[in-house]
Amino acid sequence: MNGLALVGHQFRYDQKAFWRNPASVFFTVMFPVIVFLILAVVFNGETIDVRGGVEATTYYVPAIMSLAIISATMQTLAMTLVIAREDGRLKRGRGTPMPPWVFIAGRVGNSIVVALMMLVLLAAIGGVLYGVSVPWDRLPAILLALVVGAASFCCLGIALTALIPSQDAAAAIVNAMLLPLYFLSGVFIPEDQLPSGVIAFADLFPVRHFFDAFFDAYVPAGGPAVSWDNLAVVAAWGIAGLLLAVRFFRWTPRSG
Amino acid sequence: MSYGSTEAVRGIDLEVNRGEVFAFLGPNGAGKTTTVEILEGYRRRTGGEVSVLGEDPQRAGRDWRERIGIVLQSGRLDPYLTVRESLDLYAGYFRNPRPTEDVIALIGLEGKADERASRLSGGQQRRLDVGMALVGDPELLFLDEPTTGFDPSARRQAWDVIAGLRDLGKTVFLTTHYMDEAQRLADRVTIIAAGQIVAQGTPEDLGERDAGETTIRYRSQGQEVVLQTATPVQTLNELTSKALANGEELDGLEVTRPSLEDVYLELTASSEAPR
Repeated sequence: MNGLALVGHQFRYDQKAFWRNPASVFFTVMFPVIVFLILAVVFNGETIDVRGGVEATTYYVPAIMSLAIISATMQTLAMTLVIAREDGRLKRGRGTPMPPWVFIAGRVGNSIVVALMMLVLLAAIGGVLYGVSVPWDRLPAILLALVVGAASFCCLGIALTALIPSQDAAAAIVNAMLLPLYFLSGVFIPEDQLPSGVIAFADLFPVRHFFDAFFDAYVPAGGPAVSWDNLAVVAAWGIAGLLLAVRFFRWTPRSG
Repeated sequence: MSYGSTEAVRGIDLEVNRGEVFAFLGPNGAGKTTTVEILEGYRRRTGGEVSVLGEDPQRAGRDWRERIGIVLQSGRLDPYLTVRESLDLYAGYFRNPRPTEDVIALIGLEGKADERASRLSGGQQRRLDVGMALVGDPELLFLDEPTTGFDPSARRQAWDVIAGLRDLGKTVFLTTHYMDEAQRLADRVTIIAAGQIVAQGTPEDLGERDAGETTIRYRSQGQEVVLQTATPVQTLNELTSKALANGEELDGLEVTRPSLEDVYLELTASSEAPR
């Protein structure tokens, strides 16, 4: 098989393993849906004071989409790669003629396909249950934000594995980083209820910029669809993650 | 060959012939895994020359990896893939893989082909692990402590698989800390202890077992007497003549040659250096 066919081959098996893994399916697929439904029920009918006023349900569709994309990429990659590394599965793979980039590309492809699927699922749920219309005319901007965000958060997830010493620590470290950022960045708590200091702090991290960019792409309320400055910050984080990943990613178990 | 500040192995000189099962035997911490990982290309050495299938593992590429198979000391499997899927996944990595059904038969998992790895017993998982190293139909196979932690029946099954590899004409580099495993499977054995080779040979003549001292035990007036001798015939003759002359019986008289296990324990104990 040539390189690309081999990536496809790897991707097929990564998909099988992903859908059979109850933890992946719960945290990546079910959790965002559940969070969206809870927030939509709680805040339904309210108007959130951003971009001149947005329906709460309209606000939460792109918010939870951002969460789902980060979960499918950064969170899924960091967790499954650490588990595979500590199991010795990465090391075993390195002992075969498979080029390492093929393996990583298969995993990244898996993450991006799942992210895309979550986008469709959340758009459908938001549309059917709460009449949040899908902004078809903004599709190019949405896909651009998705690609930049997914690629960047994949790089960050791979880089993060270097900080995670064991399988047991994986979920704790990943959630300790992401959960507070979701709260502080306006993903869970509507942005108009957060003090400006909190937003300023959240602006130091990529989650907030990605949410901002994705929101601009998805919600026609205000401004241009492509938020170049936010996307640039996300991409800069992604490049930093890529450099760290290239330097510090390891194929052999840390323990044992 | 060292890592960290401790030299793990030094002055090791090994030669493995095509088509043989070579056992690298030693206690835990002797440097077996360090050595085998250097041979597999996982670990960089600090000195010395290594050639595996004509190439330096440190620099060897894809073509070389097509020709070797590796079973790591502790390698778990993807719990969510079945036996057949795991093997098919790996088959895609090689240019000329052995058909998956062949591999399944070779490792004796015909009845479990569609079972997920998480539902296999420890012994079955290890056999699948060996199967994944066989998918590429390698000329040379590395097995790092393939039966550690196994119950006796799982060990026996693993041994049957390994013995089958020799019949396929594979070269097998086996590391183990079980004497009986080396004895049962290997054509040649090298014993390593504290990073140095202490004995080499066939399982039969290892450690010059025939030249070892014989132990004579008996009881005399309620006391246990133990004699070590290099000339057992002479010693026994003197002993029994004296007893006969005194009209004495030698209770519990026992004459033993050192077992392979004794040779192994003695060799590895005497070279135990402070680490």
